[in-house]
Amino acid sequence: MQKFTKLSGIAAPLPLVNIDTDMIIPKQFLKTIKRSGLGVNLFDEMRYDDDGKEIPDFVLNKPQYRETQILVAGDNFGCGSSREHAPWAIADFGITCVIAPSYADIFYNNCFKNGILPIALPQEQVDVLMKDAEKGSNARIEVDLEAQTITSSDGDVFTFEVDAFKKHCLLNGLDDIGLTMEKAASIDSFEAQASTARPWV
Amino acid sequence: MSPKTLYDKIWDAHVAHEADDGTCLLYIDRHLVHEVTSPQAFEGLRMAGRQVRAPEKTIAVPDHNVPTTPGRDDPKNMTEDSAIQVAALDKNAKDFGIHYYPVSDVRQGIVHIVGPEQGWTLPGMTVVCGDSHTATHGAFGALAHGIGTSEVEHVLATQTLIQKKSKNMKVEITGKLRPGVTAKDITLSVIGETGTAGGTGYVIEYMGEAIRDLSMEGRMTVCNMAIEGGARAGIIAPDEKTYEYCVGRPHAPKGAAWEAAVAWWKTLYSDDDAHWDKVVTIKGEDIAPVVTWGTSPEDVLPITATVPAADDFEGGKVGAAQRSLDYMDLKPGTPLSDIEIDTVFIGSCTNGRIEDLRAAAAILKGKKIAVERAMVVPGSGLVRAQAEEEGLADIFKEAGFEWRLAGCSMCLAMNPDQLAPGERCAATSNRNFEGRQGRGGRTHLMSPQMAAAAAITGKLTDVREIMCNAF
Repeated sequence: MQKFTKLSGIAAPLPLVNIDTDMIIPKQFLKTIKRSGLGVNLFDEMRYDDDGKEIPDFVLNKPQYRETQILVAGDNFGCGSSREHAPWAIADFGITCVIAPSYADIFYNNCFKNGILPIALPQEQVDVLMKDAEKGSNARIEVDLEAQTITSSDGDVFTFEVDAFKKHCLLNGLDDIGLTMEKAASIDSFEAQASTARPWV
Repeated sequence: MSPKTLYDKIWDAHVAHEADDGTCLLYIDRHLVHEVTSPQAFEGLRMAGRQVRAPEKTIAVPDHNVPTTPGRDDPKNMTEDSAIQVAALDKNAKDFGIHYYPVSDVRQGIVHIVGPEQGWTLPGMTVVCGDSHTATHGAFGALAHGIGTSEVEHVLATQTLIQKKSKNMKVEITGKLRPGVTAKDITLSVIGETGTAGGTGYVIEYMGEAIRDLSMEGRMTVCNMAIEGGARAGIIAPDEKTYEYCVGRPHAPKGAAWEAAVAWWKTLYSDDDAHWDKVVTIKGEDIAPVVTWGTSPEDVLPITATVPAADDFEGGKVGAAQRSLDYMDLKPGTPLSDIEIDTVFIGSCTNGRIEDLRAAAAILKGKKIAVERAMVVPGSGLVRAQAEEEGLADIFKEAGFEWRLAGCSMCLAMNPDQLAPGERCAATSNRNFEGRQGRGGRTHLMSPQMAAAAAITGKLTDVREIMCNAF
């Protein structure tokens, strides 16, 4: 997995609540059997018209946000389906950090498996960063995972919470499966004990 | 011993390893797999030279992207991308030796309907699937939730999931439901009360007389939409109805093993003085038949209400409500029962079981549809066969419904079953998001009865009016 340590970049403002995974990557792009190549269809129905032409008003189509690495969004980001195609599309576009007041549970977990840092901040701090993001290329936001801080273009510093284990994996680009395999003995002994206690399973 | 919730008990029985920071490896009893969220996971196993650790606990069935029209046994009758995903699942099931119900098997259907039907889902189990509606299995007193594809790969390889424990939330529905009110109305009303993020970070246990009174089918409908309220899982303590549903199913235990299982299942309930981090109580008699008006499942109102205005809301919801009203092309103040619809969809893991089809057919019997198209997609081949045997299929067909083969169909519209731009649908599914049932399509969620009522009047309709006329 791609490591995430520090990031300094332009943030795109998407001030909507309940941005769901169908918005992030509509179902027609779930027909792939690969993980890659979904970035071009990120936010497809908001980004392109019925003829497949770019809608100029949509934030990621504006010149200053085409290379954005950070997304600032509203409450309950990533609600809806468990499709990991959502974080795959976000990462494939080049976005590795999302900032919002809250996230849906499955999406939040999926981000960490794909080198994306989802940061939850209080609404008023998100509001500050949303204003910052609206300045486009005039404003760069800095994210430091080790220090757990975000610095706005005006120098406001916000600290954020992140689970220690998830942080460790993201900082080092660690593969979950490899880590769990190291605990195979625990799984073996659990399985032996459970098959005695609940043989019908 | 300190008092525990049902969730605490199941959790404690499945922790295979706990790190100092509380990160656990949770052992998974049943892993359900479908064709859309698994190909990349199997590919990952192959690339790393890994096996499926417990193929006997892994069950696969194609459902999301299969056509629901006749002749689908032949891949030539599928779109190319569907055929590729189904062929990949065929191959992965065979190569890794997991249980499989191919599209040609009468037992094929929506994974969350097949699991319980075949007795794979049992009380006290941990159940996961690469699909958010895995919460459905919580109806059996199983801890069940959706996972992403990386986690699918993790479970395939290790039979565990890296988890931290969620908080406990109690949702109590007291008393009796009124006539015309269903499990779907309960679950939508709860989301209307808590919001789509109200359950984030929690496992919900549904309890109370109105929940106990529900059939297993109804309980599955309630738990199915726990995810729409943001909860990781929804769960209902097992009881005699649960055992009665499970007994004799192909993969349920038999004989002495059954007796031992029931003895343990009887310990699966929340202790009286267990700690709850959040409690929501709703009176059963206060719940009305509801519909959604917007593009979030929390946009729910009784059918007797009118379309709200954006400034009825606060904060970020004002803009979201305006966006919903624009997308849904609705004017504030319009009675919901004046909204005309084009299409009716009855099916999905929320409402595609036999009881749902019976309820809809009871409304439709002897009537004709007044909409452009109406479709019934049974949740499994076995539900379909039973509905045919009971004469329900004839009622649907005579009313003007299309009678389809099993699958997810227009719930997520990956297959050709889609809404056209601007088309308005009364749907028994679970999500009314923008574009969910087809780009520009407009979805109103409701119970099977309400969808049937809408089919015969051509607009959103209070099913109680039709029920009154029928008697």
